[in-house]
Amino acid sequence: MTLPTARAEGLILCETCGLVCDPGDRPDPHCPRCGAALHVRKVDSIKRTWALLIAAAILYVPANLLPVMVTYTLFNTSRDTIMSGIVYFWKSGSPDLAILIFAVSIFIPLAKILCMVLLLVAAQYGVDRGLRQRALMFRVIEFVGRWSMLDIFVITMTVGMVRFRSLATIDAGPGAAAFGAVVVLTMIAAHTFDPRLIWDRSEKKS
Amino acid sequence: MPKPLPALIACPHCDALYRRPTLGPGERARCARCNAPLYRESIRLDPDHLLALVIAAAITLVIANVSPVVRLSAGGITHSASLIGSIGILWQEGRALTAMLAFATTIGFPVAELAAFTVLLVLIRRKPGSPLVAALLRGIQMVRPWGMTEVFMLGIVVALVKISHTAQVVPGVALFAFAALTILLTVIISYDLKALWALRPLPEADP
Repeated sequence: MTLPTARAEGLILCETCGLVCDPGDRPDPHCPRCGAALHVRKVDSIKRTWALLIAAAILYVPANLLPVMVTYTLFNTSRDTIMSGIVYFWKSGSPDLAILIFAVSIFIPLAKILCMVLLLVAAQYGVDRGLRQRALMFRVIEFVGRWSMLDIFVITMTVGMVRFRSLATIDAGPGAAAFGAVVVLTMIAAHTFDPRLIWDRSEKKS
Repeated sequence: MPKPLPALIACPHCDALYRRPTLGPGERARCARCNAPLYRESIRLDPDHLLALVIAAAITLVIANVSPVVRLSAGGITHSASLIGSIGILWQEGRALTAMLAFATTIGFPVAELAAFTVLLVLIRRKPGSPLVAALLRGIQMVRPWGMTEVFMLGIVVALVKISHTAQVVPGVALFAFAALTILLTVIISYDLKALWALRPLPEADP
């Protein structure tokens, strides 16, 4: 199906307020309704998204290897990574929670990075197959990203709750900050990626 | 000034261009090419109703933050935990980044959004063209993805299940307040901000 696009008609959609504008031949146009700068596509979308994704991929390593929680009891100190926390849930009779945490903390961030790489490469090479599937993939990525913050909140509340003086206390580990950074960076990466790039090349070809 | 074309709509996900159809209440327009939602017409919710919900959410947010989420006891020691207290402990223990992230997503951004929304909804009825209206709407759009009350709500539940193996847990007021806040924010976010942008007058096209 060939539909007219805003770009082909020389129009620009305002990213901020959603108004379609005709910029004419003015340089550096601004939206007449909300005043935001108008761009045909998000500025430097591919470069910025790559940079954020590479940073997220690097931090994914310490996020998974460093402890996110440190438990002090009378007799010993134990350090838990995200994965060992999941194993704890699994063994202590909450396999449902183990699956939930695994999905949002390990699977989603990794799948998100890989899918974004796929979207970027496909957009850069102008792949014109699976356009609707990739569009859907992007919307799913955008939607699920925030749920990866779950573990940060579990850690925050656990640290606040387990304060039994000498008996037992729990502190957050250095892995928590790295993990939080992975989530934030991939969320920003999804925001800087312009999904219209998925469709652009295929239009030029046809 | 570029010429506004309010009769048209472009898909933000694939740039397909359409003539804007008029929707009935509760209806939603989707892009025929990429299937992304374009915009929706709210069911029986106008800016005044929204203001009532925003104020209710703001009150609930205060209750959720000042009261304890749970009371715990183990080995004869009893204490209560609140969100702000837990973030404070993270901070004191030297986990500043984690503490800041938790603070921003559960308190900072939701408070900023609700405060901006209250001012916006009062102002937009009197002076929809004011530059402050545009600034507030942009601010709300920027902050919105980073408020994570519903994720935090699930986080509390998971933490409670975890702790209930080792300590006695009595739910506190804030637990119910966070549940109520999650529902209120979901309704508030279901209101499409594009409807508020549409209340702004369009400038005359220059000759």
